[in-house]
Amino acid sequence: MGYKLSKTSFDRLLQAMSKRYVPVGPMCAKNAGAFSDTDSIRYGKITSYADLELAQKSYFSPKEFVFPIRETLFRFNGSNREVPEVAARPIAIFARPCDINGFNRLDSVFLENGPEKDFYYARRRKNIKFFMIECLTGFESCFCVTMKANKTADYSVALRFGEDEILAEVKDEEFISLFEEYGEIIDYKPEFKDSDNAKVELPNFEGIDLEAVFNHPLWKEYTQRCIACGRCNTSCVTCSCFSMQDTAYDAAKTLSERRRVWAGCHIDGFTDMAGGHSFRKNNGDRMRFKTMHKIYDFAARFGRNMCVGCGRCDDVCPEYISFSACINKLSEIIKEMKNV
Amino acid sequence: MCENAYLTEPLKLISIRKETEIDFTFKVEYNKPLLPGQFLELSIPGVGEAPISVSDFGDGYLDLTIRKVGRVTEQIFEMRPGDVIYARGPYGNGFDCKLYENKDLIVVAGGTGLAPVKNLIKRFVSNKGLLKSFTLIIGFKSPEDILFADEIKQWETSANVCLTVDRATGDWNGRTGLVTKYIEELEIGDPASAEAIVVGPPMMMKFAVLGLMKKNLPKQNIWVSFERKMACGIGKCGHCKIDDTYICLDGPVFNYTKAEMLLD
Repeated sequence: MGYKLSKTSFDRLLQAMSKRYVPVGPMCAKNAGAFSDTDSIRYGKITSYADLELAQKSYFSPKEFVFPIRETLFRFNGSNREVPEVAARPIAIFARPCDINGFNRLDSVFLENGPEKDFYYARRRKNIKFFMIECLTGFESCFCVTMKANKTADYSVALRFGEDEILAEVKDEEFISLFEEYGEIIDYKPEFKDSDNAKVELPNFEGIDLEAVFNHPLWKEYTQRCIACGRCNTSCVTCSCFSMQDTAYDAAKTLSERRRVWAGCHIDGFTDMAGGHSFRKNNGDRMRFKTMHKIYDFAARFGRNMCVGCGRCDDVCPEYISFSACINKLSEIIKEMKNV
Repeated sequence: MCENAYLTEPLKLISIRKETEIDFTFKVEYNKPLLPGQFLELSIPGVGEAPISVSDFGDGYLDLTIRKVGRVTEQIFEMRPGDVIYARGPYGNGFDCKLYENKDLIVVAGGTGLAPVKNLIKRFVSNKGLLKSFTLIIGFKSPEDILFADEIKQWETSANVCLTVDRATGDWNGRTGLVTKYIEELEIGDPASAEAIVVGPPMMMKFAVLGLMKKNLPKQNIWVSFERKMACGIGKCGHCKIDDTYICLDGPVFNYTKAEMLLD
């Protein structure tokens, strides 16, 4: 069903739906950027159209709503293990198709990999509904079309934010009555971006000796450039790695909690084992590991590439390492290997 | 709602046995089904969690042979019989013992790598008839590092045991040299049908496998067990992933035809 809303009626609708949902979207935090006089675009609770920042890409992805940076799994209280409750109110995430597809990649790891579902992810995930932000132009570093993550059908409502009015397609019956009340019926179906600003060519690994790819001098460049800060990991909507962390509240450790915290394959210590063994000590090897995971081996396991082409890793790298440039270089190398 | 796989369960410590200065075996009450080569996520509240392989198990108990090397293991060494430690699992595929029946089996274990194969060794030692022949090549850094010394002696009654240390100290009058030296000396009747299990530090596994292949053992008859950092044990945390393989789910035991493709 399609609807047209004015900005005022959209604000009223947002207010009405806030009784049941927490609407969250990209917002501009003024002067909160890493450098002076810069803003930070982050996800937060929106109360009106004016809260939404649609002209810029968010620095962080919305994955925190299902996979918080730090999450208490349970508390040890004497011999009891107490699992904290999470807010029961469902969250409506205003997200672009690439990010919605990012959640689909997270689902693969947390819900489908191995016999056990991740309890903590599952209980947050079932409370998520997507309000898709129609995205026709993307941003400078985006390459979602190449990654086949430019389209999605996984949304309750799709929205086109125009100059004066907002168009909506409502697929989820739960929201029909709201849009009936605040909107006016029209014909609207969302469109999807069909070309990328960042031109990226995916390598075709078919018939390629992976060991030769792994040992290629390409990765040495990143050993020199990457400083292992892990911003590419933390900003990525599909990065899902974590470590366990115990914290005791008292010296006798009668009261303590077990948490999980984000971890990243670029960051020191990711593979360190007690006793001193570790793997991928060079940062270039970490770049290789991440690149192959995002555009090759995740797909070998789950049938589609992990990377959704949101380009955030390019935006946030303090060393100006471009992931899309890396993919292109790899493509050239693979072509050369095939020509020899 | 799905089960919460992270909720760890209390296990009561039955006894502690000192193997070396830094390796102790902790026997705990345990009643869940287990396969040799599987591991637990062991934890101490307020300290942390670590993957530990099960070295032995039987009716109502399991053994964990632990080296004091990290935050969690250091705390475990403070524990006394009757204390409670926490664990979840068992995780991992473990060894399929049926595969080796009626075959010549060679187990090559280095250092703490002996722990994950100990139960398997005991099985075949006490059921000698299950194998055509049984050869154990066990290497430690020095005589002070030898694990399960008494039991290794017992194994000699039903297996060809080759115990070696990298460098002799004190009054050691046994074999010295790396396990690879003794792989070279092996006389395998029909290498094409023999099976081998290799467990130990990465470098030792690499060269032991190469040594076995030189002896004409086919790759597909060689099995290895991997050790990696793991936070969850259930395929979520990502630490143990190599290519499209999760060591915790698809391993830690791999056929060498698969293992050789796993590039870190």
